[in-house]
Amino acid sequence: MSFDKNSFIQVLRKICGDDMITDVARLKVYETDGLTAKKQVPWIVVLPSTVSDVQRIVALCAEHDVPVVARGAGTGLSGGAMPHDHGVLLSLAKFNKILEVDERACVARIEPGVTNLAITKAVEHLGLYYAPDPSSQIACTIGGNVAENSGGVHCLKYGLTVHNVMGLKIVSPQGELYELGGEALDSAGFDLLALMHGSEGMLGIVVEVTVKLLVKPSVICVALVAFDSVTAAAGCVGEIIADGILPAGLEMMDQLAAEAAEAFVHAGYPTDAAALLLCELDGNVDEVQVQHQQLLSILDRCGATSVSTAWEEAERFRLWQGRKAAFPAVGRIAPDYYCMDGTIPRRELPEVLTAISELSEKFALPCANVFHAGDGNLHPLILYDANDSDQLQRAEAFGAQILALCIEKGGTITGEHGVGVEKIDQMCIQFRDAELEVFHEVKSSFDHQGILNPGKAVPTLSRCAEFGAMHVHVGEEKYSDLERF
Amino acid sequence: MQSIDGTDSLKEAVAKALQDSKPLWLRGGNSKSFYGNPCDADCTELDLRCHSGVIDYVPNELVLRVRAGTSLSEVLELLESEGQMLPFEPPNFGGASTIGGVIASGLSGPRRPYYGAVRDFVLGVSVLGGKGEVLSFGGQVMKNVAGYDVSRLMVGALGTLGIIMDVSLKVLPRRPEITLRVSELPDSISGLSAHARVESQHYVRVPKGTDVEGDVVDDDFWRQLAAHELPSLRAGNALWRISVPPSSTQYLDEASVVEWGGAVRWVADPEGNPHETLSAGHATLFRTNDCSERNRFQPLDAVVSRIHGNLKHGFDPQGIFNPGRMTWYAN
Repeated sequence: MSFDKNSFIQVLRKICGDDMITDVARLKVYETDGLTAKKQVPWIVVLPSTVSDVQRIVALCAEHDVPVVARGAGTGLSGGAMPHDHGVLLSLAKFNKILEVDERACVARIEPGVTNLAITKAVEHLGLYYAPDPSSQIACTIGGNVAENSGGVHCLKYGLTVHNVMGLKIVSPQGELYELGGEALDSAGFDLLALMHGSEGMLGIVVEVTVKLLVKPSVICVALVAFDSVTAAAGCVGEIIADGILPAGLEMMDQLAAEAAEAFVHAGYPTDAAALLLCELDGNVDEVQVQHQQLLSILDRCGATSVSTAWEEAERFRLWQGRKAAFPAVGRIAPDYYCMDGTIPRRELPEVLTAISELSEKFALPCANVFHAGDGNLHPLILYDANDSDQLQRAEAFGAQILALCIEKGGTITGEHGVGVEKIDQMCIQFRDAELEVFHEVKSSFDHQGILNPGKAVPTLSRCAEFGAMHVHVGEEKYSDLERF
Repeated sequence: MQSIDGTDSLKEAVAKALQDSKPLWLRGGNSKSFYGNPCDADCTELDLRCHSGVIDYVPNELVLRVRAGTSLSEVLELLESEGQMLPFEPPNFGGASTIGGVIASGLSGPRRPYYGAVRDFVLGVSVLGGKGEVLSFGGQVMKNVAGYDVSRLMVGALGTLGIIMDVSLKVLPRRPEITLRVSELPDSISGLSAHARVESQHYVRVPKGTDVEGDVVDDDFWRQLAAHELPSLRAGNALWRISVPPSSTQYLDEASVVEWGGAVRWVADPEGNPHETLSAGHATLFRTNDCSERNRFQPLDAVVSRIHGNLKHGFDPQGIFNPGRMTWYAN
């Protein structure tokens, strides 16, 4: 870098005061996000607490061409918040206030560092809640949710983050503050509000979020359903939707995942079933009663081996806790796991799950499946030991084949975890050069200098050319028939 | 239903436009030709109905993939036959709308506040872009965060960023509902799927069996309302669409029709220019007798305006799509 690092730090310290970290021991805390396999110690970490400081920091970085990586709680699973070695890591942790709750309008204005669960906690006494609930909701922040367009177990009925955010305040890569959306139901011009969702911190820094709150349904029940085969459970998912039921959540776990979750949180899951479905219904009393009866007859038709329905809150909470703790639970039974996030059309579920279990045998690595069945969003967890380099390689190859399979079936490489650094090569399989060029146009429309989160989410065309050449060379049969260039 | 793949002829038309530097004025059923600013260049009109038909519809999947030139009426009939619907209930002006026009205009109907907007149900699009290539974004799956959300960016861009070729939409099962005329809006109604105040009358749509007192009205009321077939939306020389936070007091009394739980107000011939008087939200000159009027949309914040200009230039570097139809002047 052709500028004086020390004088940059001095100017930055004038803005940040003590809210700045430059010593290596403390910087190391920020070297990774939820994707712990990728590490990079940042050059500097700043933790501003006012919007105007964020503006000044970003403007200073722009002036000196210093990369800026925004970070919420660092729970992301694709390395989207992995630091840049010559860059400033901008933590939004101090933006942790709920600014306003408008009970009548069912709207809340919140700072980006507020955790997902804290929003619901702050409004539940009003009979309201914030619908998207990623499994990391206890720790992940709303700013990060916007950056990744996070989902959760309830997005089948209530949508993703993009469906539940009404407005954003954003600091541009030049340090300007602007607003998108608001409390009206639409705005003039292009839908930049939607574009900002899932943009992985590449287009702007979110400094305030206006979310929609929903009224808690009066009745909720969760059916815990066991099946003696994974394909029967997967087939049943389609049957439920086909019957006109729109469950609030429809989740599936295979035996390995259910056993791990049961051993971890004692949710009351049967561990002898090949697959479990959790199906939540909500609404008013009549609606839920009718749908529940309808559900029972579908389950009977699909060959469910047991069904039990939880109507009480404590019981429902216990059932969901097992599901939400499934990742850490699997983490207890293997030294490491590699979490995939491919999404496929629902009708492909039985076939793709069968293919995954065949791949599991081929690569000699166990794979636990726990996922958003209603959305077709898979989360295969490949179990391996990172200390064994052969296992790591096999895990990565296994994962790449799962993603290629998802694309082949008309799906996508990531449903809700984002591309980050993790899946950047797979972007070359999903998109052609002309489409990647459009993504680069979008990026430069917001950030012509390219200072926000460089190197993430969208691969350069030359990187894809190298990736393509490498895989043709290795002769991966799953890739060779896919159109890439 | 006719199924025609017009990709080749549309690619040819775009190639010719690029070669001759003569922009295209895109149209589907021409049902919304009154909406947006007039063409500000010498354009060739391009009828997109040559690219039509349903590509894929499996009701279990709740996904419909359709070519953009397909008529909205045909799509609605098909969905109806399976007990499903487009949850954003788009207006079908004169019954001539196409799906491409629905997406390009981004206009949603009475169900919007309760189910979501057009963009909320768009899963993927393919677009014939400003360099003459067909590009594909999003997909047929419910969740997809690979790459920027270009599919949703196309919604409401009025064809200024490219020609929408195919679109994948999430659809939902339809449930039995009834429409009631009520003297005043009850405080809270569970399952409400539409509300409008027309002059001084309130109309609500609720699930069958909901306990609300009122006179039963034909469900077709909502189609007529959305398509502006009610006399209250046909008066005056200039009809403004005012989109505001529902709690706003602006233009509430002047409005002949209030929809979306108060979030949209239709005002004929208001005093002054709503672009200048609104304190929150935005105003659109929706219909006007003055065809030459070029400032129909709310001016934008300077940063947002700059981003619009950059995006337009990035997607359509030679400016061949719908010149002038949408403007993004800075405040």
